[in-house]
Amino acid sequence: MNWISNYVRPRINSIFSRREVPENLWSKCDECGTMLFHRELSNNLNVCTNCGHHMYISPRDRFAALFDGGIFTEVEVPEPTADPLHFRDQKRYPDRMKASQKNTGEKDAMLVGEGEIGRTPIVAAAQDFSFMGGSMSMYVGNAIIAAAERAVMKKCPLILFSAAGGARMQEGILALMQMPRTTIAVEMLKEAGLPYIVVLTHPTTGGVTASYAMLGDVHIAEPNALICFAGPRVIEQTIREKLPEGFQRAEYLLDHGMLDRVTPRTDMRDELITIARMLLGLGTVISGELPAPEAEAAPTKDAKE
Amino acid sequence: MTNYLEFEKPLAEIEGKAEELRALARANEGTDVEKEASALDKKAAEMLVQLYGDLTPWRKCQVARHPDRPHCKDYIDALFTQYTPLAGDRNFADDHAVMGGLARLDGTPVMVIGHEKGHDTKTRIERNFGMARPEGYRKAIRLMDMADRFGLPVVTLVDTPGAYPGKGAEERGQSEAIARSTQMCLSIKVPLVSVIIGEGGSGGAVAFATANRVAMLEHSIYSVISPEGCASILWKDAEKMREAAEALRLTAQNLKELGVCDRIIKEPVGGAHRHKAESIAAVGKAIQIMLAEMQGNSGVEMRDARRKKYLGLGSRGLAA
Repeated sequence: MNWISNYVRPRINSIFSRREVPENLWSKCDECGTMLFHRELSNNLNVCTNCGHHMYISPRDRFAALFDGGIFTEVEVPEPTADPLHFRDQKRYPDRMKASQKNTGEKDAMLVGEGEIGRTPIVAAAQDFSFMGGSMSMYVGNAIIAAAERAVMKKCPLILFSAAGGARMQEGILALMQMPRTTIAVEMLKEAGLPYIVVLTHPTTGGVTASYAMLGDVHIAEPNALICFAGPRVIEQTIREKLPEGFQRAEYLLDHGMLDRVTPRTDMRDELITIARMLLGLGTVISGELPAPEAEAAPTKDAKE
Repeated sequence: MTNYLEFEKPLAEIEGKAEELRALARANEGTDVEKEASALDKKAAEMLVQLYGDLTPWRKCQVARHPDRPHCKDYIDALFTQYTPLAGDRNFADDHAVMGGLARLDGTPVMVIGHEKGHDTKTRIERNFGMARPEGYRKAIRLMDMADRFGLPVVTLVDTPGAYPGKGAEERGQSEAIARSTQMCLSIKVPLVSVIIGEGGSGGAVAFATANRVAMLEHSIYSVISPEGCASILWKDAEKMREAAEALRLTAQNLKELGVCDRIIKEPVGGAHRHKAESIAAVGKAIQIMLAEMQGNSGVEMRDARRKKYLGLGSRGLAA
């Protein structure tokens, strides 16, 4: 044995085999600093078990927890023109896109799925804040339109989870044009008489708030989510005064009449089922075992005939 | 007194010299400076053509924001008769950043709505520099709805740095007001034409400019974010606004190529602020043409055409 086999080789091995061991079994709550075991945290939908702080959750994890048995089918989204403005800031836009796609494993900042929640068919769309700040791009617009079209076709509600810093600057005016485009998607649902429920998550700001996120039949927010048009920093610079604590947070908006409810993520699924079923005029969902479908579908009227 | 923009400094010098010479001549009788002065005039005119013939995007931003540029009120006063302002959102207040009311355009009753920036310190403060609060959008919603019910065409004039980022505006639902205004634009069954006369600032502009036809003055801009804002976020340096203005493709010419703007209204050499009457007349003519294009279409057709237009946007990018 020499220092190479005792010291150098284990070091080299550890560099190469690092991936096999989960890197962070523990994460720290951004709010209260409590160390949380990863499994416990994900079981609680990334809500701190100590203080109830809502941390980021990916659209896929959200859908896994939302849909019955975690089963959903992805709704295909038409691909938009890539980099229509040939945008370049300090980096080229296509390079930024590639980096985000690699980091998240997603195409863009919105995931659309269809399936059932509490045996109620729905289409759901979830915005991904980790993909370029969830920014509203042409793809995001296409995703919302595809989601609305799918919901209209299936005659089922659309539930949308918003999270964005605003419109994607790298797509310039075409990102801004997603405000009217997504509004048309909302109109489609409205005209078809279908519920459109928006769940506003942290943060939902800018052009997103000023279009599809504020046009729902029902607005539910996650606790303490920042929801605004202009961000607090911009406002402080404009009015040159400190803003009150909790300004533009979910509870503040609830107080100012912009939201219907503030609901913890862990209760969200049940609440969405309850609301969707009432809006659709369906009976209370039967939890537990599947009811025999045929027996349910044959009401007394048929029996008389 | 002309307000010169930063890039017009050399022009200001020449025009100033000509002015000085003429003042000198007026003071001392008998000195003939006309030859020299008109040579300077000629040089200034040439320079103006050269400067305005090829404005960079950032310079266009400056022209679009020029304090002397004709504003909404100037257009309404000159182009419409019997303008009858209608005030208030029936909810909270009347927003002076948004003008609106009934008026006649060449005899035909229409609903005209626009952002007004003001022309001096007093009116600018009164108009909040053209930055509307929720009440402004809600007033516009009310007026568009009224136009819809009485079958009046809607004309919007857009000139805003953006919706007002203030505490009260947020509390009273700035986002919701903008969203509902855009929604109203998309649902009315009357012709809706929009002219961007200066600055089309982000969501605050979309709320008025979601129209069947969108025209832009040659040196107006329409953007997702101000170049300064974009520079401070993406370049982490607000001084990079020239680069940001370039990258954002916010000029009327770029937007026409992208299909966001349907028509460019030419400005006289030197910009609308140097030739107000001419520019205003050109805008009036464009509005007439755009409205005439939709004559004979049913209400539903016009609404559906509007939706189809926006759904189709983005199918083409800029040429490489």
